[in-house]
Amino acid sequence: MAGAAGPGTGAGAAGGDGDDSLYPIAVLIDELRNEDVQLRLNSIKKLSTIALALGVERTRTELLPFLTDTIYDEDEVLLALAEQLGNFTGLVGGPDFAHCLLPPLESLATVEETVVRDKAVESLRQISQEHTSVALEAHFVPLVKRLASGDWFTSRTSACGLFSVCYPRASNAIKAEIRQHFRSLCSDDTPMVRRAAAAKLGEFAKVLELDSVKSEIVPLFTNLASDEQDSVRLLAVEACVSIAQLLSQEDLEALVMPILRQAAEDKSWRVRYMVADKFSELQKAVGPKITQDDLIPAFQNLLKDCEAEVRAAAAHKVKELCENLPIEGRETIIMDQILPFIKELVSDTNQHVKSALASVIMGLSTILGKENTIEHLLPLFLAQLKDECPEVRLNIISNLDCVNEVIGIRQLSQSLLPAIVELAEDAKWRVRLAIIEYMPLLAGQLGVEFFDEKLNSLCMAWLVDHVYAIREAATNNLMKLVQKFGIEWAQNTIVPKVLVMANDPNYLHRMTTLFCINVLSEACGQEITTKQMLPIVLKMAGDQVANVRFNVAKSLQKIGPILDTDALQEEVKPVLQKLGQDEDMDVKYFAQEAMSVVVQRLRKLDLPVKDCDEPSAPGADKNHFLRPRGPGEDAGKGPAYQLCVNPRETLAHPEIVGLVHFSQSRD
Amino acid sequence: MDSVSDLKSKEIKRATLNELVEYVSTNRGVIVESAYSDIVKMISANIFRTLPPSDNPDFDPEEDEPTLEASWPHIQLVYEFFLRFLESPDFQPSIAKRYIDQKFVQQLLELFDSEDPRERDFLKTVLHRIYGKFLGLRAFIRKQINNIFLRFIYETEHFNGVAELLEILGSIINGFALPLKAEHKQFLMKVLIPMHTAKGLALFHAQLAYCVVQFLEKDTTLTEPVIRGLLKFWPKTCSQKEVMFLGEIEEILDVIEPTQFKKIEEPLFKQISKCVSSSHFQVAERALYFWNNEYILSLIEENIDKILPIMFGSLYKISKEHWNPTIVALVYNVLKTLMEMNGKLFDDLTSSYKAERQREKKKELEREELWKKLEELKLKKALEKQNSAYNMHSILSNTNDE
Repeated sequence: MAGAAGPGTGAGAAGGDGDDSLYPIAVLIDELRNEDVQLRLNSIKKLSTIALALGVERTRTELLPFLTDTIYDEDEVLLALAEQLGNFTGLVGGPDFAHCLLPPLESLATVEETVVRDKAVESLRQISQEHTSVALEAHFVPLVKRLASGDWFTSRTSACGLFSVCYPRASNAIKAEIRQHFRSLCSDDTPMVRRAAAAKLGEFAKVLELDSVKSEIVPLFTNLASDEQDSVRLLAVEACVSIAQLLSQEDLEALVMPILRQAAEDKSWRVRYMVADKFSELQKAVGPKITQDDLIPAFQNLLKDCEAEVRAAAAHKVKELCENLPIEGRETIIMDQILPFIKELVSDTNQHVKSALASVIMGLSTILGKENTIEHLLPLFLAQLKDECPEVRLNIISNLDCVNEVIGIRQLSQSLLPAIVELAEDAKWRVRLAIIEYMPLLAGQLGVEFFDEKLNSLCMAWLVDHVYAIREAATNNLMKLVQKFGIEWAQNTIVPKVLVMANDPNYLHRMTTLFCINVLSEACGQEITTKQMLPIVLKMAGDQVANVRFNVAKSLQKIGPILDTDALQEEVKPVLQKLGQDEDMDVKYFAQEAMSVVVQRLRKLDLPVKDCDEPSAPGADKNHFLRPRGPGEDAGKGPAYQLCVNPRETLAHPEIVGLVHFSQSRD
Repeated sequence: MDSVSDLKSKEIKRATLNELVEYVSTNRGVIVESAYSDIVKMISANIFRTLPPSDNPDFDPEEDEPTLEASWPHIQLVYEFFLRFLESPDFQPSIAKRYIDQKFVQQLLELFDSEDPRERDFLKTVLHRIYGKFLGLRAFIRKQINNIFLRFIYETEHFNGVAELLEILGSIINGFALPLKAEHKQFLMKVLIPMHTAKGLALFHAQLAYCVVQFLEKDTTLTEPVIRGLLKFWPKTCSQKEVMFLGEIEEILDVIEPTQFKKIEEPLFKQISKCVSSSHFQVAERALYFWNNEYILSLIEENIDKILPIMFGSLYKISKEHWNPTIVALVYNVLKTLMEMNGKLFDDLTSSYKAERQREKKKELEREELWKKLEELKLKKALEKQNSAYNMHSILSNTNDE
């Protein structure tokens, strides 16, 4: 980098003569001081451009002092500034000058707003790495010390995040000072500062020498873990994970475990919640022996905690806890010490607890193996499949694959079916939507026979749901089923039922037929599409509802690539031509769009295009669309102006069309 | 813990508590020195507890019904008894302070996060009495409230008892001696003003504005920093909050000294000018109502040559463009009032309006031009750097060839 700085400044100075007259700092600073916050913000976000225009030297001597002096601004601007400065080292002349960035960041690290402060600390951490060891001790460490002994709590909280980045590279004398400062922040008068210190305790412990961890960090940890405020105590639990990793089993047992045991039984549920939430990390950090002696009993207590919040957090960890147990003896531990508590949770009074359990419980089957699953877990799954809360049932169904691998899904299918049927008819459409998503997976596991017998009718019923999102999901579901079960199955079971709906009195159902064809045609291939689907689509071109007709046009465009040229030339084109003359402007628009696609395809297939209908294709004559139409003009010549803002932006159209025509129900 | 078990024992407890309440409020000389320790112990054992997690994880205090405390039937009596105890003529703070200490108050303050408004109401009265009777605890109580507020603003954004604590503070501020201590000013600027950024401001804005105005009535020199603080935190996307801010500004203007007004009229009226042209008609309307306030009107009149040029542009523009007819009508009245204050200036501004707009546009163009050039320069430099790197590279590879 130092080498690059030489030629860099040379070039800057050469080009700089011109730049200087063009960009006196005053003009740039005016931009940074603009009255409009938004403009000020924009300027700050392009601060690197300004710095580049000024060159490294003037950035150091003029821009940075200005920024340091005018720190009072809106927090949004300050946030942008804090972020920018983290990447500024190159713009002030490289690592040798990185310390120039410290004064403005120091001020930013003391402001009230947390996000600004956090960003300033982040940038300071980044820049600390770019300092030389000498500069670190000469400039960075003094800054940390100043912040650590600041008057207002904000600077002290910021300091907490900076110790760990400067400690490893400091000399021994400085190291002692840094530790001293951290110690005093851990017992700060203000809870905000103690929280910040507790949050960084683990990180700091990791960079300390082992002796210091034992002699200094552990006492600090002990104090924070018994702080009068539960918000401080719970952060100590987090630190526990890092500290435990550093100590030998012996030290761990003597120094950390008493605290952890105490935290697992803390009188505040927030602390207990934290223990439950961090359980897997704690388990890994303390190792198998302590887990078995201490953590398992603690976990049992958490599973029957008096607060549902804690129970739910613990229930979430059941699978991970079991997975991480040493394989030897795992089964016995789970069966004897965990399972009894899980059984209780299945009938918990709180639905969040039950649904947390349901989201992981299936994972136990792979750990426990076939026999145990059938004997002990299956009854639990079945109970949960009958739970009153749909979320619990959904969570079970969504994890069926784990069980399938171990015992096969047949064992469950008898109970599965009523559960699925009930969810399929749930009053909340989001629940219905969720179960549809699992249909392809279920179909794969249950097999085609079971599916045809029990679930097929459900899948078809969703097609006429009164909520559009469900009908849409049902359509996509059909496609996935066809991919699973094959064309023949589709032809026999799905396609006839879909095509019948084309005669439904409700136009929404008729459109569903079209939507199904759109997604099914590709999966079904040319023959079925041409022989069975195309005639229906063409017939629907005469529908009395315009929405159906323009969806016919869209469908024809969609299935065009699957059809052969004869069908395109002889059957599709005439219909599109007719729709192109429709009285409704949207139908006309989509028909013309489809036509241009079809024509293009025919041309690609090297067939002569006889008619001259090409110019009416939207891409060919833009003016035709953009021109507003007077009342006297022939309505047949082109769509009305309000629709055709930009014919190429097809994405915008469905929305406009939605406004003009249909009242889709979305509850 | 369980509200339906042990009903019989609970009934006995209730009856006993009722008896106690009755006893301390009707008898004299019953609060003897030896009772204090047990009384405070009984109160602590009953009311101090870790508040349970809210039943509704997305509890919105503005919308949802609060979860009521299940054990209220007896907790209420404990609070009742506590109050009678504190208010009894026999009560002696000098003895009680041995038991009602910092730790006690700390735990009491944490209870203000209770979701049950009935509990918070009792707590408010209790804390008020304690602040009044225990001089030694006052600084500590203020500091702890300070911490609760800072945590509320910058960390959790959630605390149920903000309004109640502010209400107590209102009366505390009222009693501050003059000149104000630095500690109190810091509380105003670093806690109360940032508190305006809170999401649920509507729940405690009345109490907050009351506290702010109390401060300004004590010390008028605080007006400028307070108004600048409010302008800094002025809501950008929340119209309801903007209306609240305008309300608070009017309350402040009601008590402002003319000399202080001069110090902040420029930034303040720039903001008011923006509010007046808000497309949200409630914001515009609230701002235009300032012109119905006699005192504010007199301040504007005194400083018309400063204020009119700031306000004129947006008033003129919305008189032509605002979608809401009520606003347009209000603006006409305001323009008329301003014209009557200084007709000459008004005419000058009207005639220079167009030129002014054009100048703004030109300035805008110049800005764009500047940035375009800066971008070009950046590209050029990036290119130079690339080239020089390339040259270096080719030189190196050449030497390698040799």
